[in-house]
Amino acid sequence: MTYLPNILFIAALATAIAVFARKAGRIRKNIGLGKDTDRSDRPSDRLQNMLRVAFGQSKMQARPVAGALHFIVYVSFLIINIEVLEIIVDGIFGTHRAFAPFLGKAYAPIISAFEVLAVLTVIAVLIFWWRRNVSKLDRFHKPEMKGWAFTDANNILYIELVLMFAFLNMNALEANFSDAHHSFLISQYIAPLWSGASEWGLHFGERLFWWVHILGIFAFLNYLPYSKHFHIILAFPNTYYANLEAKGRFENNATVTKEVAMMMDPTADPFAAPAADTDAPIERFGAKDANDLSWANLLNAYTCTECGRCTSECPANLTGKKLSPRKIMMDTRDRIEEIGVNIAANGSFVDDGRSLLGDYITNEELWACTSCNACVQACPVDIDPLNIIMKLRNFATMEESSAPGALNAMMTNVENNGAPWPFNQMDRANWINE
Amino acid sequence: MTTFQVPTLAQMTAEGKAPEVLFWVGCAGSFDDRAKKITKAMAKILHHTGISYAVLGTEEGCTGDPAKRAGNEFLFQMQAMMNIQVLNGYEVKHIVTTCPHCFNTLKNEYPELGGNYHVEHHSQFLNRLLKEGRLKIEGGSFKGKKITFHDPCYLGRANDEYEAPRALLEKLDVSLKEMRRCKQNGLCCGAGGSQMFKEAEKGTAEINHVRADEAMETGAEIVVAGCPFCNTMLTDGVKNREKEDQVQVLDLAEMIALAEDL
Repeated sequence: MTYLPNILFIAALATAIAVFARKAGRIRKNIGLGKDTDRSDRPSDRLQNMLRVAFGQSKMQARPVAGALHFIVYVSFLIINIEVLEIIVDGIFGTHRAFAPFLGKAYAPIISAFEVLAVLTVIAVLIFWWRRNVSKLDRFHKPEMKGWAFTDANNILYIELVLMFAFLNMNALEANFSDAHHSFLISQYIAPLWSGASEWGLHFGERLFWWVHILGIFAFLNYLPYSKHFHIILAFPNTYYANLEAKGRFENNATVTKEVAMMMDPTADPFAAPAADTDAPIERFGAKDANDLSWANLLNAYTCTECGRCTSECPANLTGKKLSPRKIMMDTRDRIEEIGVNIAANGSFVDDGRSLLGDYITNEELWACTSCNACVQACPVDIDPLNIIMKLRNFATMEESSAPGALNAMMTNVENNGAPWPFNQMDRANWINE
Repeated sequence: MTTFQVPTLAQMTAEGKAPEVLFWVGCAGSFDDRAKKITKAMAKILHHTGISYAVLGTEEGCTGDPAKRAGNEFLFQMQAMMNIQVLNGYEVKHIVTTCPHCFNTLKNEYPELGGNYHVEHHSQFLNRLLKEGRLKIEGGSFKGKKITFHDPCYLGRANDEYEAPRALLEKLDVSLKEMRRCKQNGLCCGAGGSQMFKEAEKGTAEINHVRADEAMETGAEIVVAGCPFCNTMLTDGVKNREKEDQVQVLDLAEMIALAEDL
């Protein structure tokens, strides 16, 4: 019987990891549904970008209040994980504070520092909650933030509060033990609240909070893949695989390059038999559905934590248009999830008559973009909504000819007379003599 | 009418000469009445510095930027290939342009298609000439004038150039008042992504009106832009408030041409 807690703990740990791995594997598979794109170049620049943007939080600090609060929660998360490691060791081996003997005199100051971080985290989380629910920051209350998106955001704050509460009270109860060895900076002030409890009650309470804390962490781990909060993991690969080129550089379509080269080659035989690989599926220009996008676009979508900095900087959104870069990312993620479920249920994708462009993102949103890159600049984890918008426009224009009429007229002009307006090419140099 | 000869690359090549730099005028610079003034100001500066330059004239065609941003990759690459054939045919090495859209496309999207040139926006080019002592600016007429600078998206965020235009303005001894949203956070004028050529979607305000208001809130007498499209949008925004008598919208090139009384 004395080994029962150890066995229960190991079972809980193994289950938490297995269930998480399964879901994470599905997300990885969904990301893999995207088209290939080469992001293997410049590994050292990529690593630096990841260290600066994800690890160093450089772009978060563009907004100092949210940046500072987020930094507290982030540092606290990283450091308190050391404490979690001790809890896992204790849980497996049935020890109590396994690290204490090794750290000796340093143990109490270290745990005290964790407690300070825990308190700062509670404060930060409460301010976050206030900004979302009471002062109602505009960017948290856009149309795409209704329903699950809003609930999800609050759930995370509540989970964090519960975890910090359990951690501090676990230490506070222990401080009341008749044979207490440890007293820590913050929990010593919480300890008197529990001083009336019996010795048995203290021990029971300490174990209870210990279990609440660690099972809470396991639950949190498994909540992540269903939540926007998955960014705590994906921010790292996402910044590593970010676009490092100039933001103004839009990729050139290689298939089109081949076609244009053939058209401009006077020796090309227009009646030549097509190449042997005609069995290959005809490639679609641009993107109609989420799986027409690249895996980097899909990784972006799963990384998005819906903070809305992109949308709050978007000139179209600022002037009341329907376009919201955050919604572009949320739609992409929701659609690729839907495709993933479809594949899991049917073995391979069965046409469901739905698509990213049309059922999720409307033409009205698509054509409101000014391609100004404000959303890309604003994203603290290097997500690029503009790249998705441009691929959807490629499809709309080249496959469906559904660009707004005025743009079709502009393109006809470019085609006929080399300028977006109906002026004669031969009048191009008239300004010299005017 | 320009009082001096603007050489075309065809003429120069026929004379067996190769210019140091090709001035890429762009569609707006060639056809838009307001933008043509920017083109002329730039030509005056080039002439004044005595630098050897040329334009393509009737051999220039749209870079394809508006087509690409409207989703028409095919038309974009057709334009690109035609231009690259002309540019490579003349063995062009160095290009300067007053349009950030042409600048971005030539600089970033042409190399992969076979067009490799040293491309500069006129703010970068003129700033370099200043540093090399080939252009001298006395800030007399603008001394102490309150101005603000609007960062064009395709120069700023798209290509991370924020300092060159400001360095030029500094030489003019103006009093630069930055807008709340500037540099990396600059608000778009509303013309990019082919919006210049269509009506905006339904909303609560026009982007260019909002941006012009932000520019005027600084108390600036002159709003400086570095893009013919931003110029048009902001001019329209100033007119929207009926402030065109108090607030001017000028290009960097026009500022320098005026300061030098060219």
